[in-house]
Amino acid sequence: MSTDQNTAAGPELSGPAARTTTAPLRWLREASLGDWLAVLPFLVFSVMFLVLPTLWLFANAFADRAGNFTFQNILDLGTPQIIASFWISIRVSFASAALGAVIGLAIALAIIRGRLPAPIRSAVMTFSGVASNFAGIPLAFAFLATLGRLGLVTVLLDTVFGFNIYRAGFNILSFWGLTLTYLYFQIPLMVLIIAPAIDGLKKEWSEAAATLGASPWQFWRYVGLPVLWPNLLGCLSLLFANAFGAIATAYALTGSSLNIVPILLYAQIRGDVLQNPGLGAALALGMVVVTALANVIYLVVRARAERWLK
Amino acid sequence: MRSGRIWAWIVFALGAAYFLVPLLATFEFSLRIRREGYTFDAYANVFSDPLFQATFGYSLLIGLLTIVVGVLIVVPAAYFVRLRMPGLRPIIEFVTLLPLIVPAIVLVFGYIRLYNSSSWLPLTGSRLGTDLLLIFGYVALALPYMYRAIDTGLRTIDVKTLTEAATILGANQATILMRVIFPNIAVAVLSGAFLTLAIVMGEFTIASLLNRPAFGPYLQNVGANRAFEPSALAIVSFVFTWAAMGMIQLLARFAPKTAARTD
Repeated sequence: MSTDQNTAAGPELSGPAARTTTAPLRWLREASLGDWLAVLPFLVFSVMFLVLPTLWLFANAFADRAGNFTFQNILDLGTPQIIASFWISIRVSFASAALGAVIGLAIALAIIRGRLPAPIRSAVMTFSGVASNFAGIPLAFAFLATLGRLGLVTVLLDTVFGFNIYRAGFNILSFWGLTLTYLYFQIPLMVLIIAPAIDGLKKEWSEAAATLGASPWQFWRYVGLPVLWPNLLGCLSLLFANAFGAIATAYALTGSSLNIVPILLYAQIRGDVLQNPGLGAALALGMVVVTALANVIYLVVRARAERWLK
Repeated sequence: MRSGRIWAWIVFALGAAYFLVPLLATFEFSLRIRREGYTFDAYANVFSDPLFQATFGYSLLIGLLTIVVGVLIVVPAAYFVRLRMPGLRPIIEFVTLLPLIVPAIVLVFGYIRLYNSSSWLPLTGSRLGTDLLLIFGYVALALPYMYRAIDTGLRTIDVKTLTEAATILGANQATILMRVIFPNIAVAVLSGAFLTLAIVMGEFTIASLLNRPAFGPYLQNVGANRAFEPSALAIVSFVFTWAAMGMIQLLARFAPKTAARTD
């Protein structure tokens, strides 16, 4: 960046000294008032509506009712009810992320490397864009109409095959019901984010492997999967965080019969069901810690993965 | 390699079944409201419900305002960071990733605590203030997608040359942004806008906790009280999402194909 003309219409504040030095932070001193004014709304918005609310909750998690510093709220997270809700949340998020990653990878491989007709590929990609955004309450309605007690699939299986899935122990308001529903947005998201990585697997690699006498299985075992591996892990953590923060689908599907963390937090914000405002903040902090851990894994792993996909 | 192709077809067929069956089932369910046979009465009920019209209109308006605020905040920041302040890029990119780390429910919890009626900035004290807070919350939710769309748009045009050319012709920075840069990235901005709309229209958590009469809480309420109308609403929502995504696909055809000379 060496635009030496100052293009700002407003008053110029950059000193002449900034021009002669070549310090690493030169851009900082060369930036004019106009530059800062343009970036300012973004920075102010981020601080007011992203950073401050989060930090404020963190501070609250370590304060008692009188405002004194305490670890009590964090310790209170250890009650059986809260531990159970974190456990079911983590299980549903992990199951839907892992299954979503495996199935999404299989579909992406099928449409990109399986030599299916080109229109199928673009149709699947478009549908993935739609389905990955078709979450929330309408998704819950769709699965109730499909696998609820009166849902089409439930009724068909019962009348045609005489197999009642509810008598067999299935329930849409359960761990597996929720996981199956979450897959509807997890799989398409996986297809969308893994597709560029699969495109990055160069054709020459499989040709070289084949020339050296490798079977397709050996190619995937020793070349394909090791190259994709960091990317897969990254996708897994992104899917995990995606499911962990979701509330609307579960809320519309199960009411409050399945106490995942976001639903517990929702009830706490609505009516202080835990009877301790600080504990609500601690719950929120716990959620951020879990999703942050998942995303840190994603960022670290993505940085490693990008070396191979130039 | 023939077996590979058969395997690909099997995976595709299984995937198609998983994704199409719920849509078919929902559609079939939405037609079952009368005992005597399939009718579209559930749709008629939905569309004639004044609450449907009011909440849908409200969410659409909030969505459009979210897009306007988002574009006004993100476009200048992305442009100046790319052109003159590259050192800010890591900070901006970290901020745009924050909404993926901080779930919406945590964010709105923070808003309620920080901007309640007895705070230094009592946004939730008035209706207009709460509407504003809702819009800001949605801008935050859409930030990762909006920023990425706009930044991708800026990458495909030669920002530096365009700016220098406009400067030589005597344009100031505001003119450059509005009359040179913005028209060139309009397609990217629009695809970010449609994605934002798809996210905002059915959003439940923030609207519900701020007690705003939005489409998401309305959906939840219908789901708790009616049998067949929810299915009709699910189909309507799906068609709306499809339309928004279809617009993005359509717009992609008009996007500039030439890569920038410098990055």
